[in-house]
Amino acid sequence: MSKKPVENLIWNEARECMPQEEKEKLQLAKLRETVRRVYQKVPHYRNALQKRGISPDDIRSLADLAELPFTEKNDLRDNYPFGMFAVPQSEIVRIHASSGTTGKPTVVAYTQGDVDNWSELVARSLSCAGATYEDTVHVAYGYGLFTGGLGLHYGAERIGATVVPVSGGNTERQVTLLQDFGATILACTPSYAMHIAEVAREMGIDFRELPLRSGIFGAEPWSDNMRRKIEAELGISAIDIYGLSEVIGPGVACECQAKDGLHVFDDHFLVEVIDPITGEVLPPGQEGELVFTSITKEAFPIIRYRTRDISAIIEEPCECGRTHVRIKRICGRTDDMLIIRGVNVFPSQIESVLLEIGEAEPHYQLIVDRHGQMDCLEVLVEVSENMFSDKVKGLEELGRRIHHKIESILGVSCKVRLVEPKTIERSIGKAKRVIDKRKI
Amino acid sequence: MQVTQISVFLQNTAGRLAGVTKVLGEAGVNIRALSIADTSDFGILRLIVDKSEEALKCLKENGFAVSKTEVIAVRVPDRPGGLSEILSLLEEKGINIEYLYAFVGRSEGDAVVVFRVEEPQRARVLLSENNIEFLNEEQISKF
Repeated sequence: MSKKPVENLIWNEARECMPQEEKEKLQLAKLRETVRRVYQKVPHYRNALQKRGISPDDIRSLADLAELPFTEKNDLRDNYPFGMFAVPQSEIVRIHASSGTTGKPTVVAYTQGDVDNWSELVARSLSCAGATYEDTVHVAYGYGLFTGGLGLHYGAERIGATVVPVSGGNTERQVTLLQDFGATILACTPSYAMHIAEVAREMGIDFRELPLRSGIFGAEPWSDNMRRKIEAELGISAIDIYGLSEVIGPGVACECQAKDGLHVFDDHFLVEVIDPITGEVLPPGQEGELVFTSITKEAFPIIRYRTRDISAIIEEPCECGRTHVRIKRICGRTDDMLIIRGVNVFPSQIESVLLEIGEAEPHYQLIVDRHGQMDCLEVLVEVSENMFSDKVKGLEELGRRIHHKIESILGVSCKVRLVEPKTIERSIGKAKRVIDKRKI
Repeated sequence: MQVTQISVFLQNTAGRLAGVTKVLGEAGVNIRALSIADTSDFGILRLIVDKSEEALKCLKENGFAVSKTEVIAVRVPDRPGGLSEILSLLEEKGINIEYLYAFVGRSEGDAVVVFRVEEPQRARVLLSENNIEFLNEEQISKF
């Protein structure tokens, strides 16, 4: 079977190719609207603005964005669960959540208007992957509180494509369905795409012979090396989609077929790159922390959200014709967050579990590795005197309890290994929390 | 009468047991009995020593996770059926044994059985009613 070539389609030309001047006018109007609304509706933002002596009327140009206070993940935790919402619950049609830095998740909300906009943005992203209403989109992102599954799902429906909502897991079945249903577009994490390729090979199925022609992969960082591998193994064109639930979910930015940076959908989100230490805005080209401000969101507007993702702004126009500003692919984090099978994991979450179990000063270490194509997480926990008993049953039970709690808080499976005190390497008094052996 | 047992957490890596015995040897602590319970991931070393307080102290100082447990030690005649008699007594009364280990003494031709049960109080009453002889730490270290 021959594959259809992947075209560089533009879903909403009026918006995606909008002249710069016109776009800036739109951005300023929407920014002013957003700041006014959060000032009125969200106590956290009102307090933060008042502390800086800023009133919504002070926003007169896009440059004034830099005067606004940052929002950090801790602010979201402090307002758990619904304190950051800017509309009454009657207007909210959807809740999603992602990992918090401790036990509590970060909760976000959508009005019908937000879901519509989000669908539009994912439709734009899928168009970048060449998708049309004639395509079949196999969505192997997890469905649920995680934004990946439903985000891609609604976008694909918006285009009018045939959606196969498989969600994650049971890879052999996924391969069979990909083959039997003849999906043309695959949406999942890049490591899962690699895993699908591997399982298919074991099953004796060659994707290069199947109709699958394009892939849209995100929720974890990946490299151009990995792209080449996926493209060769599956016989597809693969692009990177970026997003985070705090901003909206997948569809904050996406690569086009030029595969030279991700277009930020800047008629909905303003992007800045800052120096993570001083907070100063950096000029285009310089690497720093990505900061996003939503300018159209209703239920969960966000002002200058510090993503901890490291990237840089690309100023030069893209060959594809879009005028959306581009960012480089994410090349790291400013904190110790890990992404394991698409799930955000903070070492501090493990700490909160051990504190809960009664450890005053827990010592632990996360070891992440990739076995085959799948990420594996192993948590080493030092056995302290007050954990230890003379009975095997007691220790095994303790191990199981820690394991269960960690899995239920992280939402990702792991192995727990109890180790002797002082065996986890300390670096300047503080244990080395993470060993990431993955090569991406 | 109770005997202090010292338990040490060991991860399943080479040389860990040697590490414990080296620390004890250097502190002049003599090991009288030991057993190891192991799983695929870790082990628990259980020890009866002549100087339990010193053993605890030096193991802690050397960074081992240790705990102290009171266990029961009894004299068992060193002949076929010797251990069976004691176990039958406990079994009849439904007293569960968590673990046990034994060693044969140097001089007297008897064995010492160390065990931990779920209901130590009941076990002690039962065993003394049946004239089983308990041993204390001093007796064990000379046994």
